[in-house]
Amino acid sequence: MLGDKDRIFTNLYGVQDWGLAGARARGAWDNTKAILDKGVDWIIDEMKKSGLRGRGGAGFPTGMKWSFMPKEVKDRPHYLVVNADESEPGTCKDRDIMRHDPHLLIEGCLVAGFAMRAHAGYIYVRGEFYNEAQHLIAAIKEAYDAGLLGKNACGSGWDFDLYVHRGAGAYICGEESAMVESIEGKRGMPRLRPPFLAEVGLFGRPTLEHNMESVYWVRDLVEKGAQWFTSNGRHERKGLRSFSVSGRVKKPGVHLAPAGITMRELITEYCGDMLDGHEFYGYFPGGASGGILPASMGDIPLDFDTLNQYGCFIGSAAVVVFSQHDKARDLALNALKFFEDESCGQCTPCRAGTSKAVKLMENTQWDQPLLEELSSAMMDASICGLGQAAPNPIRSVIKYFPDELSGTTAK
Amino acid sequence: MAMITADPKDVPQVASFSFTPEYMAKVEEQIAHYPPGRQASAVIAVLDLAQRQQGWLPRAAMNEVARILEMAPIRVYEIATFYTMFQLRPKGKYLLQVCTTTPCWLRGSEAVMKACQHAADGETFSVQEVECLGGCVNAPVVQINDDFYEDLDEASMNKVLDALRRGETPKPGPQVDRQTSAPEGGLTTLKGE
Repeated sequence: MLGDKDRIFTNLYGVQDWGLAGARARGAWDNTKAILDKGVDWIIDEMKKSGLRGRGGAGFPTGMKWSFMPKEVKDRPHYLVVNADESEPGTCKDRDIMRHDPHLLIEGCLVAGFAMRAHAGYIYVRGEFYNEAQHLIAAIKEAYDAGLLGKNACGSGWDFDLYVHRGAGAYICGEESAMVESIEGKRGMPRLRPPFLAEVGLFGRPTLEHNMESVYWVRDLVEKGAQWFTSNGRHERKGLRSFSVSGRVKKPGVHLAPAGITMRELITEYCGDMLDGHEFYGYFPGGASGGILPASMGDIPLDFDTLNQYGCFIGSAAVVVFSQHDKARDLALNALKFFEDESCGQCTPCRAGTSKAVKLMENTQWDQPLLEELSSAMMDASICGLGQAAPNPIRSVIKYFPDELSGTTAK
Repeated sequence: MAMITADPKDVPQVASFSFTPEYMAKVEEQIAHYPPGRQASAVIAVLDLAQRQQGWLPRAAMNEVARILEMAPIRVYEIATFYTMFQLRPKGKYLLQVCTTTPCWLRGSEAVMKACQHAADGETFSVQEVECLGGCVNAPVVQINDDFYEDLDEASMNKVLDALRRGETPKPGPQVDRQTSAPEGGLTTLKGE
């Protein structure tokens, strides 16, 4: 079990004050100016050394992303966009960050914004998180009042404004270009790329978008150093990860654990084991879109890249555990119904593909060749990750749960 | 993707809509978050304010939002029909949004849904099935207006509904012995200072 000293998220459960005084007592906003004074190159270098990869799902190295921004800001201001749309089924880490420790996040926004030469940032919070957004808005106001944001933020000489932009119910807005569209006041429909957001992003300006948790880590990474972060890890993987564990375990929750921990280790060490009367049968390693694995594959290190060879991915580390009382095919169908509802409707492979898949999966006997063909078409031809990843649960069931293919569905 | 019309034929007509001065101040605050000329960015926030003032979102309110933000009305209708939180018909005093996505379903959202459907009368309670609410470690979750009620089962759901019927405000969050998303029964980490 990870020691408390290595937990950056010390107010995970909201026992302490989430406001400025409480955050300062936990070390947030402690001489932020000194960090900024070390300069953009030093900050980016530290981030690169830490190897921190985006926590939203794609896992792109954060430091490298920052170095993509134009070095000189001319007439096109840069923007930071922070993604807290948090809609991947199983994920709920950003919710706890917002409601229980918003200041460390805001401080991370300032450091990240400074490093990418942005004077303004927007935090996109899913609309359903109304109360969570209120905490964030209140914390931002506290930061302004204390001179930590706005003109000459923290006395650093850098101006930085931060705003909360609430969504209104759309999974697709978690996709970075759809989010930019949404902030511009349009339907959240992903853009074709190139151009990439770093060139033509929000309001047509260079923009970097980060998952909320990635930004939340920034302050501790640059302060404690890359070495501290990479000294954690298990099974030859490095770093720490916040696993949102849900499903049939005794202690579902957001568990900060070493990267590379296996599902079985996570269940026994962090989740208090399976619920009574339930045996571990399988799991979704990365939300609804990251595929499904059987219990016999519960000893694979959970991290970026380790699951790709099995047709799965870790995504935002949203792990959903199920038992012998469940059927993988029923859960896959539930996941596909989610995608059907959440498809933005822009491209045919996803709009028609998800609804066709649901119909095929409702049949007692799955038409395997047809489902395979449909999956391929969706993966090859969908504009964005939603349609490309939606078939993952289908393929996982065919591959790892073949015994279930001719059963009946519960729903 | 659901097919939704911005102007359902079976809803009462609202002849006109305008923001109260209190709400108008909030509208202006939202517009100020964006660069000059980019006021359309505030459309979600302003539609939300209209919905909060009116209780739902009639066509007249969308037209007023279009006027304020200098948008073509169709661009506002697109937003109101795309995002699922906009209510295009009147609803009960309490909107019960029951999550039935995988993690909630695994923990018994079907029974919670039944309790909500049983209570739905269109006046005190309206019920909607929604996709993942992002409270998965506290599944099953039901959002009632702005608040999340978590770790529910049929009995605790009924308790919450009964309290609301009596005009009380039951405590949001977990309905079991649990501090937000911490383990049930007490903390196992982060116990020290």
